[in-house]
Amino acid sequence: MKIHEYQGKEIFRKYGLPTPRGFPAFSVDEAVEAAKKLGGKVWVVKAQIHAGGRGKGGGVKVAKSLDEVKKLSSQILGMQLKTHQTGPGGQKVRRLLIEEGADIRKELYVGMVVDRGTQKVALMASSEGGMDVEEVAAKTPEKIHKVFIDPVRGLSDADADEIALAIGIPQSALGQGRAIFKALYKCFDETDASLAEINPLIVTNSNQVVALDSKLNFDDNALFRHPDLAALRDLDEEDPFEIEASKYELNYISLDGNIACMVNGAGLAMATMDTIKLFGGSPANFLDVGGGATAEKVTAAFKIMLSNRKVKAILVNIFGGIMKCDTIATGVVAAAREVNLSIPLVVRMKGTNEDLGKKILKDSGLPIISADNMADAAKKVVGAIKKKAKPKPKPKARKAKKAKKKKK
Amino acid sequence: MSILINKNTRVMTQGITGKTGMFHTQTSRAYANGKACFVAGVNPKKAGENFEGIPIFGTVKDAKAQTGANVSVIYVPPPFAAAAIDEAVDADLDLVICITEGIPVRDMIRTKDRMKGKRTLLVGPNCPGVITPDEIKIGIMPGHIHKRGPIGVVSRSGTLTYEAVGQLTELGLGQSSCVGIGGDPVNGLKHIDVLRMFNEDPKTEAVIMVGEIGGSDEENAAQWVKKHMKKPVVGFIAGITAPPGKRMGHAGAIISGGKGTAQEKLAVMEACGIKVTRNPAEMGRTLKSVLK
Repeated sequence: MKIHEYQGKEIFRKYGLPTPRGFPAFSVDEAVEAAKKLGGKVWVVKAQIHAGGRGKGGGVKVAKSLDEVKKLSSQILGMQLKTHQTGPGGQKVRRLLIEEGADIRKELYVGMVVDRGTQKVALMASSEGGMDVEEVAAKTPEKIHKVFIDPVRGLSDADADEIALAIGIPQSALGQGRAIFKALYKCFDETDASLAEINPLIVTNSNQVVALDSKLNFDDNALFRHPDLAALRDLDEEDPFEIEASKYELNYISLDGNIACMVNGAGLAMATMDTIKLFGGSPANFLDVGGGATAEKVTAAFKIMLSNRKVKAILVNIFGGIMKCDTIATGVVAAAREVNLSIPLVVRMKGTNEDLGKKILKDSGLPIISADNMADAAKKVVGAIKKKAKPKPKPKARKAKKAKKKKK
Repeated sequence: MSILINKNTRVMTQGITGKTGMFHTQTSRAYANGKACFVAGVNPKKAGENFEGIPIFGTVKDAKAQTGANVSVIYVPPPFAAAAIDEAVDADLDLVICITEGIPVRDMIRTKDRMKGKRTLLVGPNCPGVITPDEIKIGIMPGHIHKRGPIGVVSRSGTLTYEAVGQLTELGLGQSSCVGIGGDPVNGLKHIDVLRMFNEDPKTEAVIMVGEIGGSDEENAAQWVKKHMKKPVVGFIAGITAPPGKRMGHAGAIISGGKGTAQEKLAVMEACGIKVTRNPAEMGRTLKSVLK
């Protein structure tokens, strides 16, 4: 789960990490109020969205008067902020963070993630702060310094100091650097974080080390023991289809293509998407219905898939193990009837009660295309779209529009 | 022969009284020698009771002492599953197979750290389990799609493993053992460990390795195969179409920092002499093509 920068900084403060003073604002008035409360002559107006790259996209601006705070806040609030992480549509800005200005002498980078290789938490730091860390890692890997943290002993003073010196924290501020790294690890560990980043961590002209940014992601599997963190979830930042899917315990991710797919199991779902691509199609989503798919769940899955307007056909791929093919077939037929399915549906079923499942599909009288294996299914679903699109391209386009209107 | 488990393995179920634990203990027991293999259950609150004749003990240690069980399978809910692994490791079992999905990563980091220097092996968590066809099934996989034979199967996913097994069986190629190592980032045995076992197993003639995006386990395994593997290996990696930064169901299936892409894994595997297919419907046939 992701949270906003201002929420992350509030958590940082609890762990004693130094951050600039600041307040969140949900309206222009609140933004001006926040600036007044902060006092001073320079403020930073920061768009709060979950995606990174906000500065480059025009979502972070410096204001030198209260009027300017007002002007910039009204510009940024409500804008569709586009960054390399938002996708082409951008993300609407609904929250701001108003912060006091900082005088920056040096920008550094600090991050923590779980390292799969060592199966420990890795502290990564670099002298190249404020930049895209992935770019730094790719171009100048020698500038990234790493230490793997012992889960029992925690981060040692020696390791913390070595990293601090390596990234250019001045000797006189070494104690601050050490305290920050140790606090960050404590925060990471106690909140069950999956990612913690400070980019940039700055050294000011008066030699203070300050977290100018905050990025915290949490392990979804651990949220049950952090109700306070779970409450920070901002549904506005998430894909509405994915939220709807999660209500039915469906694992759904929107993609750019036009072939919807419903599969049981994450690995098989990815493999199904890959097969669609291999045969010239493009998947519209990842959807794992899980192990216990009921008719209700399958119907919900169909509705979610079909609410994506780009979808031109559906591919269902089920390997019945514990889940029986006849149960799934009954669910698919009920779902197709309930949503009045008007686009091609290809079903591939394998495993327990396969024949019974196929019979249910056939006897339903619905125009369901049956496939023998994954490749056959992918070929058929790609073919079904082409066939529908080919004969008379123009009238077809009109028809499609009509069909859409009907669905509304 | 086989790897990890065979008909002489004696198994205890941790979490035998939960819905999942009950169901899968029943199906595992009904498979091949299951009746003789599944000898104990563990639940601290229900010691002295039994599940369909399988005695329940309060601790793993008791279950081991009383029944001689040397392997445990865990269906305990996620908040308590890592502690269940710890208990099995402390009781010095040979092998722990953890089926539970959704264990916090932080718990697994600590559990893995505790396991250092201990002899117990761990498969999973978040995995379908291990099966040696016609001998023993420990886990949630459908037993009937398997067939005894010379092919080793190792995979990070569940149903995609069944897909591979189903294709092999259809081609008349049976399996020596099938190991689902699970979809979590911090887990027990990795591809490389299982390949090492298949390499030593006289009954395994070739191996199918099914991977997915995220991490570099498949690359590490491939490098090892190039140097040490005496048997042909074929592979498939799921997730060519997965976008970066999105977790594709499994906690471990995520492309981060430009690392762990399917293309990169496939390229390394090919360079190391593993025959790969980009078509998951061809996993079985690809394996058949490398047999002498």
